[in-house]
Amino acid sequence: MKTNWISWLKKTVAVLAVAPTLLFAAETNVHIDKAPVSTNPVDLQHGAKLFVNYCLNCHAASMMRYNRLTELGLTEQQIKDYLLFTGEKVGDLMTIAMRTKDAKKWFGAAPPDLTLIARQKETLSYSGADWLYTYLRTFYRDESRPTGWNNVVFPNVGMPHVLWELQGIQVAEKSKDEHGNEHIKLTLGKPGLLSPAEYDKAVADLVSFLQWMGEPVAEKRKTIGIWVMLYLALFFILTYLLKKAYWKDVH
Amino acid sequence: MTSKSGLLQWIDERFPLSSTIEGHLTGYYAPKNLNFWYFFGSLALLVFVIQIVTGIFLVMNYKPDGTLNAAGVPVAFASVEYIMREVPGGWLIRYMHSTGASAFFIVVYLHMFRGLLYGSYRKPRELLWIIGVLIFLALMGEAFMGYLLPWGQMSFWGAQVIINLVSAIPVVGPDLAVFVRGDYVISDATLNRFFSLHVIALPLVLLLLVAAHIVALHEVGSNNPDGIEIKKKKDATGKPLDGIPFHPYYTVKDMVGVAGFFIIFFAVVFFAPEGGGYFLEANNFIPADPLKTPPHIAPVWYFTPFYSILRAVTYPLFGLDAKFWGVVAMFAAVLIIAFLPWLDRSPVKSIRYKGPIFKIALTLFVIAFLILGYLGVLPPNPMRTLVAQICAVIYFAFFLLMPWYSKIDPCKPEPERVTWK
Repeated sequence: MKTNWISWLKKTVAVLAVAPTLLFAAETNVHIDKAPVSTNPVDLQHGAKLFVNYCLNCHAASMMRYNRLTELGLTEQQIKDYLLFTGEKVGDLMTIAMRTKDAKKWFGAAPPDLTLIARQKETLSYSGADWLYTYLRTFYRDESRPTGWNNVVFPNVGMPHVLWELQGIQVAEKSKDEHGNEHIKLTLGKPGLLSPAEYDKAVADLVSFLQWMGEPVAEKRKTIGIWVMLYLALFFILTYLLKKAYWKDVH
Repeated sequence: MTSKSGLLQWIDERFPLSSTIEGHLTGYYAPKNLNFWYFFGSLALLVFVIQIVTGIFLVMNYKPDGTLNAAGVPVAFASVEYIMREVPGGWLIRYMHSTGASAFFIVVYLHMFRGLLYGSYRKPRELLWIIGVLIFLALMGEAFMGYLLPWGQMSFWGAQVIINLVSAIPVVGPDLAVFVRGDYVISDATLNRFFSLHVIALPLVLLLLVAAHIVALHEVGSNNPDGIEIKKKKDATGKPLDGIPFHPYYTVKDMVGVAGFFIIFFAVVFFAPEGGGYFLEANNFIPADPLKTPPHIAPVWYFTPFYSILRAVTYPLFGLDAKFWGVVAMFAAVLIIAFLPWLDRSPVKSIRYKGPIFKIALTLFVIAFLILGYLGVLPPNPMRTLVAQICAVIYFAFFLLMPWYSKIDPCKPEPERVTWK
């Protein structure tokens, strides 16, 4: 019994000594790039155009209305002319015709609704936009996959590389380091319509749009917030002076 | 009062208006030396009002419906986004409500810590303290039910994990879990009953308990940082020498607290409404999917210290599951707080006059509580479980050993009159 206690005590002390490193061990080993998120309306309009052309066929953004794009500086006529499919109205939600049941059959999983995608992917170490920016730039050719495509940050993803004609075709060179961790190095096998720098910019615009769509009110919220803070600072000073005046006879 | 207006006179003959105002505000004497820690009671009341008022407006637009809409998104989830995007000012109301939930717990935890510091639970405030523990329990229930309503992945799976705990109770457990859910899994039936409990039943319970808490407080009077009774030293007219009328002194002082609180509260609402992923979790922006279990399910931060205690219990006992004893330990961790008035045998109330043993015990307790809270958001591993077990033992030892260590602790004499420090 006594030796038990001692060994337990020893174990506890040993464990406590290494506790900090184990407690705070990082969980991800894939590098996530920082997304150059823009709030410039021109970039966001470009992102919206890419989104409608490339994403909105399989993915819906069913909690987002087309006419909210007027907040990016587009007129309703422009939205009608360039972004709407036939038969849709400018006040409609960004839904798609593909049914969930069919989508599951075709892709294995239904493509998720993208309205909130940037908010869903956020973690303590990177933002949702960072993850999306890295994800959309790390597709590579993989003949073992049903779609012919694989991804570094989302291994065995069901989605094919929809933007491949813009980026070109990346090929992967896989290697293992001394710890047995796999590393994937991507090289551009066949160039696309855009140069690598142009492609990065296009993805940055698309990701900026996705982030904007996740919370369209975000910029306005921060602007109002500054006025609220100024008001509250004044309110604090006034209440403090009032308190002082009332309390001057309390000893 | 001789100069009563005609209307006031008319009312007072039919309703105790003047005497109520006098009894609870202008004629209610509070110790003059209440410090920073005494802001959190009135702030808890403020957050309660914020939650009720924002809640009323949220209910006008929220739909407790777990079925899928035409686009395949649950109606309840989509209605929250409808509030965020299309209801004028809806985003502000929703963020105030979601931030308010976390703020409520921050304020209440600090309010309870104040009680520990200055012995506010000691005679004659035992009932006041017990009512407070009941408020804390009701608040936990209210927050738990409310968290299901946005119908995101964490809402769904958090509720699933916690309600599954009920099934660990021997004999009646599995049937009881079905009774609570209204189904074999969390479903539309669960969502509707949680909605009803969140917006009607528990707010009513909370309102009554808060009223009882204030009535009990005004009966016995506030404690103070010196832990001595101001009612013992009165002047010729029967007023406490160290007391000042609550109104106007503490009404104007609490307004400073309100202003300071609002600066922090609205800074979160306007600049960081997700609270770094702790107030609004990223996973909860994904609609609930009964077929897709998230890799890591953690409760919201304010439950994590108690959730850690639950997970720390890993030994079956008397032929019953470790899970069952975990549930017992979790509830015991909350209920044991109610017994403080009888566990503390110190001759003095306030930490100012208590000895080093209590100060060390309280410090260890706070550290253990914070570590438990931190571990509760992380997925468990053997190392973290061991740390949680040590912290859980410290948590309970703080209470259970108190009758002994509080008695032998060398205390300083209390002053005759309150002091300014």
